[in-house]
Amino acid sequence: MTDHIETDVVIIGAGPVGLFAVFELGLLDIKCHLIDILPKVGGQCAELYPEKPIYDIPGFPMVTGQGLVDNLMAQIEPFHPTFHFNEMVESLESIGTPEAPRFRVKTSENDTTFECKAVVIAAGGGSFQPKKPPIDNIEAYEGTGVFYAVRKMEMFRGKKVLIVGGGDSALDWTVNLQPIAKRLTLLHRRDAFRAAPHTVEKMRSLVAAGDMDLHLGQVSTLVGDPPILKGAVVRKDDGSEFTVDCDVMLPFFGLTMKLGPIADWGLNLHENLIPVDTEKFETNVPGIFAIGDINTYPGKLKLILSGFHEGALAAQKIHRYVYPEKKLLFQYTTSSTSLQKKLGVAA
Amino acid sequence: MGVIHVTDRAGQRHTLEAIEGWRVMEIIRDWGLPIEGLCGGACECATCHVFVDEAWLDKLYPPTEEEEDQLDTVVTKPTSRLSCQIIWTPELDGLEVTLAPTGA
Repeated sequence: MTDHIETDVVIIGAGPVGLFAVFELGLLDIKCHLIDILPKVGGQCAELYPEKPIYDIPGFPMVTGQGLVDNLMAQIEPFHPTFHFNEMVESLESIGTPEAPRFRVKTSENDTTFECKAVVIAAGGGSFQPKKPPIDNIEAYEGTGVFYAVRKMEMFRGKKVLIVGGGDSALDWTVNLQPIAKRLTLLHRRDAFRAAPHTVEKMRSLVAAGDMDLHLGQVSTLVGDPPILKGAVVRKDDGSEFTVDCDVMLPFFGLTMKLGPIADWGLNLHENLIPVDTEKFETNVPGIFAIGDINTYPGKLKLILSGFHEGALAAQKIHRYVYPEKKLLFQYTTSSTSLQKKLGVAA
Repeated sequence: MGVIHVTDRAGQRHTLEAIEGWRVMEIIRDWGLPIEGLCGGACECATCHVFVDEAWLDKLYPPTEEEEDQLDTVVTKPTSRLSCQIIWTPELDGLEVTLAPTGA
């Protein structure tokens, strides 16, 4: 099933800066669709530090990562942006001219195609992907013996499964896969787990009953002729090693950020960042803008507030692409009835 | 003033001038060595993972529970620390660390 969506602007990344761009574009009557690889809005703020206090957002002496995201969502509500979660933008193709840009954007998961007049890349440090442990040759087993996510539990029925990690994902899949696995082993670096207490308890009782194994240590090497996994050599803290027999290994080490397909879109890059001008925050491709942590320019500071400013200025130029015939009148939300109508607060 | 010694992933040892009050991650990043420090020092990502030379381990404040939780997300050795959680002071003049490997 292929979805085709026609819109003014596609924003890649639904972190704080992408969200605020919706506001600035919305005031200019520009409609947005946002695409994010995470299942939720907020980017790093929501994924890495939802509970951490932030002290340098103008007007907020203190706000948590999640608190900021919640407020931004309330602020952009009048503009009804459409969100596409769990999707990564695979390709970005220019189908217009420098004067009248037009783009075709394709995502991975649901095979959605967007056509739009401008693209705003607000992708922060890139897309969140599972952290791959630095184990020699691990790539050779990926998709056959090594998986970073469980898509279908049935795949693991009757298999000797090794789960590595100590967080919620590791513990949840331990108790979920234990009943269908031939034998399940959980490996963690220490005898402490930062997962829901009742799941940890369940795991402990399975171990006590002899229905699964728990080992402490780290995987040092993988065994078996790739791509067939036969086992994993585990090193304990005292340096001694032993082998766990397994058909599949599931490392759950959380998420990290990777630039991903952005590198293939014909944009100039400088050390994994996208150079932009400081008037419009446009890239070397007219119509493609980059704001927030992913861009670079002389004097760039990776602050959320910089990203807000960048979005406001980019919106001015995007207006010219979306409404080439219209003159843009600069207005304030305090005094403009027309802006207040858009925000749904006009008297 | 003092220094830290940092061995990079190619095995080359660099001597970096250190600044009191800076996180070791920040010193390494400021000198341009490849350390990611994705979350900016908030103890939320473990991309500043280093191995501390054994002789120095006892001179550091022990890891907090928060740091241990993050170390759970990388492949550690007993000498593993997050360099964003080590604040440099003159007592750490000569501190010896090695950048931990990163996954693909």
